[in-house]
Amino acid sequence: MVLIAVFGLVPVVWSLLLSFQQTDLTSAGTWSGAANYQQMVHDPVFWQAARQTLLYCVLFVPITMALAVPIAVLLNQKVRGMTFYRMAVFAPLVTSTVATGVIFSWLFNPQIGLVNAGLDKLGLPQQGFFQSTGEALPAVVAMTVWGWLGFAVIIYLSALQNVPRELMEAAELDGCGRVKAFRKVELPLLAPASSFLLVWLTINALQLFDEVYVTTKGGPLHASTVLVYYLYQQAFVNFNGGYAAAIGCALFVVILIVTAIQLWLGRRTSHYEAG
Amino acid sequence: MSQTTLAPPPQAARIQAGGRPRRRRPSRLHLLLVPLSVVMLAPLIWMVLLSISTQAETRRFPPGLPGGVHWQNYLDAWHEGPFGHWLLNSTIVSVTCVVGNLVFCALAGYAFARIPFFGSRVLFIAVLATLMVPFQIVMLPTLIVVRDLHLTDTLGALIAPNLATPFGVFLMRQFFTTVPRELEEAARIDGAGRLRTLLSIMLPLMGPTLATLSVLTFLNVWNDFLWPLIAIQSPGNMTIQMGLQNFQGSHLTNWPELMAATVTSQVPVLVLFVLAQRFFVRSIASSGFK
Repeated sequence: MVLIAVFGLVPVVWSLLLSFQQTDLTSAGTWSGAANYQQMVHDPVFWQAARQTLLYCVLFVPITMALAVPIAVLLNQKVRGMTFYRMAVFAPLVTSTVATGVIFSWLFNPQIGLVNAGLDKLGLPQQGFFQSTGEALPAVVAMTVWGWLGFAVIIYLSALQNVPRELMEAAELDGCGRVKAFRKVELPLLAPASSFLLVWLTINALQLFDEVYVTTKGGPLHASTVLVYYLYQQAFVNFNGGYAAAIGCALFVVILIVTAIQLWLGRRTSHYEAG
Repeated sequence: MSQTTLAPPPQAARIQAGGRPRRRRPSRLHLLLVPLSVVMLAPLIWMVLLSISTQAETRRFPPGLPGGVHWQNYLDAWHEGPFGHWLLNSTIVSVTCVVGNLVFCALAGYAFARIPFFGSRVLFIAVLATLMVPFQIVMLPTLIVVRDLHLTDTLGALIAPNLATPFGVFLMRQFFTTVPRELEEAARIDGAGRLRTLLSIMLPLMGPTLATLSVLTFLNVWNDFLWPLIAIQSPGNMTIQMGLQNFQGSHLTNWPELMAATVTSQVPVLVLFVLAQRFFVRSIASSGFK
């Protein structure tokens, strides 16, 4: 408990204090009031990183969830070899972010990568992916969707398995087709899972770092710099510990707001949630 | 009972009419499931394929299958980076953190669930609050704490912040609240103290929850990257993830060796995953909602 207090709660307040200082994190800092926050407001790279983080969330979260629902339904069927299919979908989940980054930097390699080879076969133009300012962020989205899909599928799958069999049978007896039964019975019952995923995926998307660090290093020309990557750069490349703490606090506020909004929405939309 | 024998459900009627049980026929769902598996596994399959190719083979476009198996890449990678050392570091850190979490989180969780003490509610809410705080916020002060403990650039720096996690405390508390109080009361009447109750009554019941906690802690610590990146500088104390990233920096175009290194770093978790797949899934499914 002491450990949690020391490594959990105290640092939050500490971070807030740090954000009002100028410090390189290795020696004692000096107080500078709101200077870091003033710097932040006028820093174009900060705003670019914030916009890109937002864009990343807006792409990553819905794509992951939209793909996860049909896959979860598919993996919920009784078919021979299902253990293998499930394993295939869940395997990326245990693959580390660094390994994912290494693998995708080859897949998305413009000269020798598999994806460009595929595009070539289809007669489509070659792409720059991580090396192009326009495509770096979408490429990061594709990579992280692959990594997170298994998680979303597990959550949906366990929600589907909690749907009482009798409900679906009753729907089919009432003359619902399989598709209609899914839409009218199962889909509404997935609402709590969806609202949980919405919060959880968004919070994690706001904290994107590893994959960016391993593949693009925030580039080219800051095109894939997200907030946490910028925070890291400020703290450990530019040694602006105070400024980094200020970015962290801003991020924290955003995460709190997102959580509050989504919890509120979740409470309003999920009629089926049991207490 | 008698009703079902009189009027069999439509499902059963269809099976009888078909002459053979439905599940014998290969399902059309395979047409969807196979491509799905291929897409999900392709990156991992290619990781292995590249790791056994020659350098020249990886420079071909479009990429094809390797002509033969070049295990040499693994030996070369192993010689050029201290992978054995990094794997050992990762193992030490992960196992210590798992043990720490099992002990501390179980004790703290039990205290929150069963021992009424002054401020326990407030403290538990504080623990929950830290669960909401992203790591990047606490990272900088944690680094200062670690520095003041003179742990910078040691394995201790990787272990200390992860010895007990708010998530673990939360998980264990939730478990203890589901155990019937009567069990403990019976133990107390028989003269067992709190610790004795915990060890001989609770411990046998805790199996699945402890296993969930172990799996998730191990996976988190083993795959962690950001914290080792800022806490460790010397190559001798790097974890496997960080070592791999370091290796990537110096072997940018040597894809076979880089992929051999990547495979090496993933083998322990992938083997663990294949062996205990059901368990992994249950851990995530249950902790996601608990």
